[in-house]
Amino acid sequence: MSIAAPTETAATGRLGELLARAEQLYEDLDFKAVLDWKSKDKTRRAIGFLPVYVPREVIHAAGGLPVGIMGGGDQTEIVRGDSYFQSYICHLPRSVIELLVNGRLDAMDGFLFPSICDVIRNLSGMFKLLKPEKYVHYLDLPQNFQRGLGGRFYGHEMRSVADAVGRMTGVAPTDESLRNSIKVYNANRRAINELLKLRVDKPWLVPATEYYLVLRAGYLLPVEEHTAMLGEYVKLVQASDRRPMDNIRVMVRGAFCEQPPLALLRTLERAGCYLVDDDLAVGLRLVPDPVSEEGDPWEALAEAFMHHSLPTASVYDEQNQKGRLLIDKAREVRADGVLLMAPSFCDPALLDQPMLQTALEKAGIPFTSFKYSEDTGQFQVIREQAGTFADAIKLWGTV
Amino acid sequence: MIADHFSKLSRAKEDGRKVVYTFVPGNLTELLANFDLLPVLPEINALQSGMRGKTGDYIHLAEKAGHSEDVCTYVKADIGMLKSGNIGPTGETLPPPDLLLLSYTGCFTFLKWFELLREEYDCPVVMLHTPYQGDGTVTEEMRQYVAGQIREVLIPELEKLSGRKFDEDRLREDLKRSAKAEDDLVWVLESAKHKPSPIDAYFGGVYYIGPMFTSFRGSQDAVEYYQLLRGEIEERIKLGLGPVTPDGVLNEEKYRIVVEGPPNWTSFREFWKMFYGEGAVVVASSYTKVGGLYDRGFRHNPDQPIETLADYCMGCYTNLNLPDRIKLLENYVNDYQADGFMINSVKSCNSFSAGQLLILREIEKRTGRAGGFIESDLVDPRYFSAANIKNRLESYFQMIEAKRGKA
Ligand code: SF4
Ligand code: SF4
Repeated sequence: MSIAAPTETAATGRLGELLARAEQLYEDLDFKAVLDWKSKDKTRRAIGFLPVYVPREVIHAAGGLPVGIMGGGDQTEIVRGDSYFQSYICHLPRSVIELLVNGRLDAMDGFLFPSICDVIRNLSGMFKLLKPEKYVHYLDLPQNFQRGLGGRFYGHEMRSVADAVGRMTGVAPTDESLRNSIKVYNANRRAINELLKLRVDKPWLVPATEYYLVLRAGYLLPVEEHTAMLGEYVKLVQASDRRPMDNIRVMVRGAFCEQPPLALLRTLERAGCYLVDDDLAVGLRLVPDPVSEEGDPWEALAEAFMHHSLPTASVYDEQNQKGRLLIDKAREVRADGVLLMAPSFCDPALLDQPMLQTALEKAGIPFTSFKYSEDTGQFQVIREQAGTFADAIKLWGTV
Repeated sequence: MIADHFSKLSRAKEDGRKVVYTFVPGNLTELLANFDLLPVLPEINALQSGMRGKTGDYIHLAEKAGHSEDVCTYVKADIGMLKSGNIGPTGETLPPPDLLLLSYTGCFTFLKWFELLREEYDCPVVMLHTPYQGDGTVTEEMRQYVAGQIREVLIPELEKLSGRKFDEDRLREDLKRSAKAEDDLVWVLESAKHKPSPIDAYFGGVYYIGPMFTSFRGSQDAVEYYQLLRGEIEERIKLGLGPVTPDGVLNEEKYRIVVEGPPNWTSFREFWKMFYGEGAVVVASSYTKVGGLYDRGFRHNPDQPIETLADYCMGCYTNLNLPDRIKLLENYVNDYQADGFMINSVKSCNSFSAGQLLILREIEKRTGRAGGFIESDLVDPRYFSAANIKNRLESYFQMIEAKRGKA
């Protein structure tokens, strides 16, 4: 049993409204928000992208709206999706196919599949077959990080996406427009960083579910609106009278692609854990710091991805530093422990885990691991595991 | 050939030879030979351990050490083998790598696999990123990217490791020999168009692709092996003989099947018998293309030695997008006059398996031939349910009969 009491503070007033809007977006699996946005101007085009990361600036510069397709969560009944995938494949692609075949992705004029794993890779081919009339592109992110090799290749990839989107919108992307998009996204990065910092400093002000909803809204909203939402949220909670609880501080790793249901995040918090760092919805902040606004913007984006992005399981760890970075981060955010939570059957996350565990063991940082799927509905076991973990740390400082 | 290679490996340290671990799809055998480096292919170790009944224990060991039950069993079999003393298929100890050459073609797990091995061995890793044919083509940018990595990253690293200079003339000579052997391999694989087929292009095919897909491409031994093989099969065709199976020659070819997906190794013979026991011959398979689609025209080209290596890496079967995989299999069904099409879906391998149910549906639709689907694994004996698979295969062959009855 957990020592901690529930952590949620009911949000009312303007904060309540803001969170209601974020929740509405989270549940918007018909992408009504995107259809609304498109209805304002006939030339508007939306480009859906799969986890984890695409350079959204490029789509923005070509006049498109990048929209994150993060699976069907626990709100999508899988009727046809299961007939496309064997039982040993993770859940995300089946709910994505479900959304596709039910017409719920019709708001998208094109789809980008970033190179993160073989499942997403092959899913790109399935989309090509099932939606031959749409633009479907597998975006090969570089695994070689030299400017003249991986950087150059990635530059071509980004330009091909920009051209394709530009053909749909009639807006030819230029260096100038891309530089401008970088600025707009840099503002978003700063706003996200403010939120992250507040959570580290005063996690009781930023409950995990609220944090997640507000962040996740960035997958649907035009970036300018999302930046405004983040800024307002931070102000509102800073002015709130939320009080600290007796929770431990945990980091979450492994949740970069298929997302856990909201109820799972709530469960962790109720079990006595403050999430002070995580890789949930990490595509929005894979490049955490502002991208250079000077010089060649294509190179700036390539450079940012290749040398200034967060470590993630699907990108080759050339410098062999994922363990060190994990430990540094744990110390920086003063984490008491780490939750290694990965989607079932997620090869990148699960193959990464033994390496992360070794690093944590060496550094003496407690951790526990469990698997979930986006439609997990039973939280009893996870609640007990997280609760025991939190209690042990509170009592003995370790597990 | 293979025994000799493993004995060289076991003596590598005494002989002062350097060892490079690398993967089968898109392997750069000719380039490694250029520096007199000895390749070790962990996938081959895993499959051979599977055939020798060792992988159940190896996988168990890896899982006990914290590896998830959900992930590719090749990786776990390899880690388990390492933890059990790294004894290779011939019973000799495998030397540790001096370099991990992460030629990353057609599968993300490779990337993790060598990151994991890097934790075990204190040696450098070199990445060769092979872009995926997502849009069904190899663009000039993709070719330049891979060729650039070979020239600017790989070759300097191999020179440093071996202390030898890159010898382009030698590479050209080796590539000429590769192309020659590739011609004969294609001839062998295409001999299955005859009725009856003189070969089994899946179970038997594994033995035919062995030297070409592993450490022998470019060698005179490989040229001779394929000449000999071709000669033997010419003879079989003259005599009207069917394929050789572990129980002798298959005399009556009842079903001609195209198979997609790798075989199961832990019960390889039992699995094969479920086919030949019913008179089924596999006339074409995608698995025999994981190390190159030679039958679709690719040959190593000595006139462009680096670019041809780049093209080779990008052209392997699992680097094709799903629509192209379907097209290829559809063509096989037609070109080889197959009665049906069967998928062996292995739990380990998302690279192969994600999307296979759509492949099945599409090919059935396009060819009108019977499609079958079975599930197993590569080297995890827990996922080979013999009775279940046998039942499914039997009903599948009945389905073909029923279709014939209607025709
Ligand atoms: S959950 Fe993991 S395996 Fe599944 S699509 Fe995402 S990264 Fe790939
Ligand atoms: S996932 Fe498939 S291709 Fe990749 S290492 Fe495993 S068996 Fe080989």
